[in-house]
Amino acid sequence: MEINKDLIAASSTPIVLAILAEEDSYGYAIIKRVRELSGGRMEWTDGMLYPVLHRLERLGHIEARWEVAESGRSRKYYRITPGGRAQLAEERRQWQAVDSTLRGIWQALFLPVPASHPASAAQLPQGA
Amino acid sequence: MATPGDAVSVEEQIARWRSYLGRRQAIHSVDVAELEDHLREQIAVLADAGLAPDEAFLVAVKRMGKLDDLSREFAREHSERLWKQLVVVPSDSGEARARARTDAVVVFCLAVAVAVFIKVPALFGIQWDQEAGFYFYARNLSLFVLPLLTGYFAWKRRLDTKTLRWLAVAFVAAGVFANVYPFGPGGYTEALTALHLPIALWLVVGIAYAGGRWSQVGGRMDFIRFSGELFIYYVLIALGGAVLLAFMRMIFQAIGIDIEPFFQSWLLPCGAVGAVMVASWLVEAKQSVIENMAPVLTRLFSPLFAAVLVVFLGTSLWTGRGVDIEREVLIAFDLLLVVVLGLLLYSVSARDPQSPPGVFDVVQVVLVVSALLADAVALWAIAARITEFGFTPNRVAALGENVILLVNLAWSAVLYIRFLRGRGSFTGLERWQTNYLPVYAVWAAIVVIVFPPVFGYV
Repeated sequence: MEINKDLIAASSTPIVLAILAEEDSYGYAIIKRVRELSGGRMEWTDGMLYPVLHRLERLGHIEARWEVAESGRSRKYYRITPGGRAQLAEERRQWQAVDSTLRGIWQALFLPVPASHPASAAQLPQGA
Repeated sequence: MATPGDAVSVEEQIARWRSYLGRRQAIHSVDVAELEDHLREQIAVLADAGLAPDEAFLVAVKRMGKLDDLSREFAREHSERLWKQLVVVPSDSGEARARARTDAVVVFCLAVAVAVFIKVPALFGIQWDQEAGFYFYARNLSLFVLPLLTGYFAWKRRLDTKTLRWLAVAFVAAGVFANVYPFGPGGYTEALTALHLPIALWLVVGIAYAGGRWSQVGGRMDFIRFSGELFIYYVLIALGGAVLLAFMRMIFQAIGIDIEPFFQSWLLPCGAVGAVMVASWLVEAKQSVIENMAPVLTRLFSPLFAAVLVVFLGTSLWTGRGVDIEREVLIAFDLLLVVVLGLLLYSVSARDPQSPPGVFDVVQVVLVVSALLADAVALWAIAARITEFGFTPNRVAALGENVILLVNLAWSAVLYIRFLRGRGSFTGLERWQTNYLPVYAVWAAIVVIVFPPVFGYV
């Protein structure tokens, strides 16, 4: 299924920060983790992750270092900073507010929640 | 599994992809490396899943996203990269960095040296703000600055000793001719020497600048480009200096200190000559990094000057007004030709000789031809009364310059029109302009060397 571009863009910050809060990682592995977590429902265009990572780096939420991987290629690893953790907590609060609002309205509507509703995809980072 | 042949072709494909990516201004080489690592891992995973290497490559590239979208996203995040920045000392690669740093240190030392140099006559009681000192400085100003600038380029281009010797001879000769003549007080010939010596010596700087390439059209053209950019940078630095000075005066006045004497005898002369070195160095450092400004200004002002000249010619024809002969009119028309020549020169310097004639070329021809006509009108009026006015050194110098510029522009117009009609190549015009450079210097040298004795040092 297609998830709206704006939603993907809005959720990319908490998702990336949360994945990096698990452990230090690099671009390809982050995309892979997103795919696993969303059960393949969130398809990011691979290249688009990197401008997001660079933005988070500029904002000081994450920091980068180059390491030589076992394959012999040098690879850029990212690590979350204390500032990034604070930002993640803030994002989490906001997304929970959005999530609970939506939950409330879905119940009021007696709408059966489809298995792959965008809102459920948006919760992913909190589960991570 | 991949056969060696496939592996090579995938490597080639990755290399090609990398070069496409690297051409995007917003994507730097470190980003390309990061994206390539991603691409390779994706290819490896897909190949493990059973895809042929070239299929894996195609899928991986598709997943990476369209190049245009990607570079737009990068540009949005790194908008500063779309603005070319002048990095005088590059941050990466060791050797280039070391070279740039040496260069900066040398230039700094030379700027200090030239600033000290200009104050040396003060030790012998020659002050530029007194009358006698002023004439000394006016005649010798270029001799304080240009030898060191020449030295910088000689060092940079590693000139051979034979060329160096000739350059040194030129400066020594200039020093002799500027100082041995017994100029009358406040004489015209002395003022002419002060004006023309820098023009003659600028050619010497050019020979050093071009290194061994002075004999080539390209080498001389580079010097023309350098001169234009240097002028623009110098003006910008001077404007900055004026702002700095205004603030200095204001804040020191607030505590009751008058900096005027310090400014006059130290800051202005030392700053003015030091800025020549600094501006030259900046132009050298920036040449390939930042757009040249002179051609941009040319593009703006060529049509405007052409329009003004055409309207001027039309008006004088319509009203039948001849040029009013005043003493200064010849100099005014000389300056007009210099400006038109500058506009022509810097549009030539920036034009790709291979591209076909366009609208801008027509504008250039209109500009040159209308300037020639305007000058012809003025010359006609002057020729009628030149004997009446008498041949003063100023008038002869102005007339000579007018003839030199007229010849240059007339032949340029012929070459340009031939090019527009497809009868000649643009390189012909380039060659004409660059070959003409020594003519200015020779005329300037004649004014410096021959005029004072001929006109009796008045």
